[in-house]
Amino acid sequence: MARRQQVLVLYLKFPSLEAEVISWATFDGTGKKLHMTGDSDEPPYPTGLDALLDGWRLFQSSQAIPEYPGQEFRTSYLKHEFFFEKLEEGDF
Amino acid sequence: MPKLLTTEQMAEFASSGCLFFDELIDEQTNKEFLQDIGHTGIDEVDSVQDFYKNIKATSSIPRIPAGKKLKDAYPKNSPLEKIFKNEVVAGAIESLVGSSTIVDHQFLHITFPTKYFNQANQRQMSQQNHQDSTIDPRSTFDIQVFYFPTEVTKEMGGTRYHPGTHLRIVNEFGIAKYQNIKGQKSIICKPGTIGIFHNGLWHGAGVNFSENIRYMFKVRLQPTEKQELLWDPEKKYQPLPNRALYWTDESKDQTINDILMKPYPWQEADTNRLDKINVVKFWRLLTGHKKMDVDYWLTRIENELY
Repeated sequence: MARRQQVLVLYLKFPSLEAEVISWATFDGTGKKLHMTGDSDEPPYPTGLDALLDGWRLFQSSQAIPEYPGQEFRTSYLKHEFFFEKLEEGDF
Repeated sequence: MPKLLTTEQMAEFASSGCLFFDELIDEQTNKEFLQDIGHTGIDEVDSVQDFYKNIKATSSIPRIPAGKKLKDAYPKNSPLEKIFKNEVVAGAIESLVGSSTIVDHQFLHITFPTKYFNQANQRQMSQQNHQDSTIDPRSTFDIQVFYFPTEVTKEMGGTRYHPGTHLRIVNEFGIAKYQNIKGQKSIICKPGTIGIFHNGLWHGAGVNFSENIRYMFKVRLQPTEKQELLWDPEKKYQPLPNRALYWTDESKDQTINDILMKPYPWQEADTNRLDKINVVKFWRLLTGHKKMDVDYWLTRIENELY
């Protein structure tokens, strides 16, 4: 019996779990499914809260970092990042 | 005579970072291009390296030193010369990067189908999202012209792209962790289609699940002049006056400002306002109207009295 991690990363519309999912990534450590870029056009959950309700455990979220003076209008990476996990036991 | 872009097309480019011209290049030129590069069935291909080697050895695609003028880049009567002389292609290029544009680089992207990966015992994966080249904080922009000589079906995994991302400044594959982004699109097109991307547009190649090789010929072009009103040499464009904010207008006509302010499904609730501000700043550069605004986004924060 081994334990494997499944990771779900959700990017939300604003920094609160009830916000709508705008980007997502899944990495499956059980090896059951190979996820890759561009493999789904619809998010796995409508909001971050829905992921919690389905048993995903939140283990990291992005900090609020004030915009650097003089760079307030520079846009870059998606801001509101939430990492979730599920642990699965089995014979992998 | 180059057919310059319209103000609506320029606004679409400023907002989304891309333009498409479906089935623009004629069948004969597409055929010539494919013959020239030695297009073949997947069973005839032993390795990716050999396929490229053959193209380099036998096709009319020349070695182009970075910085060479586009007008001198391709051999006379070659398929690529014909493509870049097409009045719509030439007009779009002139409108965006001027008539004395130079070549940064070119590349024939070839995406092999599943059969090739099975034979080679390799994992077939899509390319992660990225922004080309490197961190690019310039106001000047380059364009990438894409040419699709064959039909690209959904299962062929045509280039995935994310409209409206071109003004976000990121570091190349620093965006690779975004596996899927709401509103993502893939290029599905007929033979002879031309796409033009702002160099900042986030994109990546899809997986080719078909039985045929997918091609995309790309040229990155740089301007050598200011990109101001290049599509409007008579300088007819005038910004629209302010409109009432949070006011439902009965007019259904789409204005230039509506195109510029188009929202995208991937934008955050807070940062989408900065995306809009950056589109207005981009439009100021493109039009030369240094104080123009849309929906008061910049006027409001430029009203600094201290």
